[in-house]
Amino acid sequence: MNYKRITLLCGHYGSGKTNLAVNMAINIAKDHEKVVIADLDIVNPYFRTVDSADDLREAGVKLVVSSYANSNVDIPALPQEMYSLVDDRSLTCIVDVGGDDRGAYALGRISGAIREENDYDMFLVVNRYRPLTPDAQSTLEIMHEIETAASLPFTGIINNSNLAAETDAETVLSSMAYASLVSRLSGLPLVMTSVEEKVARLLEGKIDDLFPMHLQKRPV
Amino acid sequence: MAEKVLMKGNEAIAEAAIIAGCRHYFGYPITPQTEIAAYMAKRMPKIGGTFLQAESEIAAINMVYGVSAAGKRVMTSSSSPGISLKSEGISYLAGADLPSVVVNCQRGGPGLGGIQPSQSDYFQATRGGGHGDYHMIVLAPASVQEMAQLTIRGFELADEYRMTSMILADGTIGQMMEPVSFDFEIKEAPEKPWATTGTQMKREHNVVNSLYLVPDVLEAKNFERYEKYAMICEKEALAEEYMLEDAEIVVAAFGIAARVAKNAVNAARAEGIKAGLIRPITLWPFPEKTFKKALGTAKQFISVELSMGQMIEDVRLATGCAVPVTLCKRAGGMIPSPEQVYNSIREAAGKAGE
Repeated sequence: MNYKRITLLCGHYGSGKTNLAVNMAINIAKDHEKVVIADLDIVNPYFRTVDSADDLREAGVKLVVSSYANSNVDIPALPQEMYSLVDDRSLTCIVDVGGDDRGAYALGRISGAIREENDYDMFLVVNRYRPLTPDAQSTLEIMHEIETAASLPFTGIINNSNLAAETDAETVLSSMAYASLVSRLSGLPLVMTSVEEKVARLLEGKIDDLFPMHLQKRPV
Repeated sequence: MAEKVLMKGNEAIAEAAIIAGCRHYFGYPITPQTEIAAYMAKRMPKIGGTFLQAESEIAAINMVYGVSAAGKRVMTSSSSPGISLKSEGISYLAGADLPSVVVNCQRGGPGLGGIQPSQSDYFQATRGGGHGDYHMIVLAPASVQEMAQLTIRGFELADEYRMTSMILADGTIGQMMEPVSFDFEIKEAPEKPWATTGTQMKREHNVVNSLYLVPDVLEAKNFERYEKYAMICEKEALAEEYMLEDAEIVVAAFGIAARVAKNAVNAARAEGIKAGLIRPITLWPFPEKTFKKALGTAKQFISVELSMGQMIEDVRLATGCAVPVTLCKRAGGMIPSPEQVYNSIREAAGKAGE
């Protein structure tokens, strides 16, 4: 897939944005210089992009994150370098935005500049196995809330439906109708289906635009 | 919801409470349990329930008192510093024999401490926290599935014994995501003839109160309550036993620490060390019988905790200090690694440095 200069990943809380963002950034860095992953998550106190700091460094991806992420400073802090995402147009950026509309408010500060430059994608990451987005209707509700908060329109859908360690080929296959319906009702293209790499191998030829992912390590 | 869903531990608690028939939730935000309140805020209005963000933890626990007195299932949740604030109300609930469910998604302390996971409220949960002679039933989940299961069990036990059930979780289990099934058999809440629901001029009025004007009446009430506690100790203690049959080194750990400890036990077994695990699921009542049984083969117990050593006292009491009990710990929001626990087991087995 052809990445725009800025790729924004938004979605319902817990839809898998952080893991997807890390994988995308590492993937893009294979044939791009100056790749940045920006963690604008002001919602989640645990399990952040910094958990993958070593992998990112190794891949040559620069991590822009609040110095308070994963610390005890319990405030919705944004990284001071977030303005470089819009000021320095030589960068290719993956932006991990916090969940729901509350997380998307963080984008409001730079959304004007993003709209003006107009070289961005904003993807709605969906997981039909999350309890508050089990169907297309509830997913669209959250989608509209996020668009309003971010003051940017979405440009595509990424199906990241999974049941964590219990994900198998059937888990993903039985989410495709849901993802297509979200795509049809929103009028936005389904740009990819992201799947853990072992499961992805079982799905080759069965699903278009597969994006195999390496899962972030968990502490326990 | 027959199909599995992917949930955070905190969300699983909230959904389980709703499934258990809880339609009243009062709380005040605090990391790392805020998802419970956020989930309730979204769901309760859609099912005719009440979500209220109170002005403080103290207000929230007293709202719990009110709803419970009216005979309805009710829950509040917080994290360590907030539970300290709720402790007065919890004591009042105990003094009035009111059922409730209180969730503590623990973080590092004391004081404001930090937002990372901890188990250092074990004493507070099992020894009181509030004032007076009382206990709570304390349930310690070790997975997101158990967050749901034990929340439902918490409501049942609370109603059956007219007590507070505390779900003693920690930040990691609250924040981590795992698949959950909500395929539960739900027992209806029992009749509550004591509830203050209006007399309809057909009965004497009910009084819910924790104030006793005559000391020997208050003493009798305490005696009666402790007979109930003794029965609960007999009937409700629960633990998971893992590779205990021939275990010489017995690791004791609950919640998130038990997940780490299980990996370490497996590693030790692979090396031929006879290690096993007791995972208390009820912390009060403490599963003493399981520990006594393990004494048959145990040469040493190791208590693994995210605290400076609190449950270790109950392990010593349960085993009568018949064999050494040592501690393997991290504190202040840190989690022991499987290697750390594994090394403690090797040391106990006399293999340190080999």
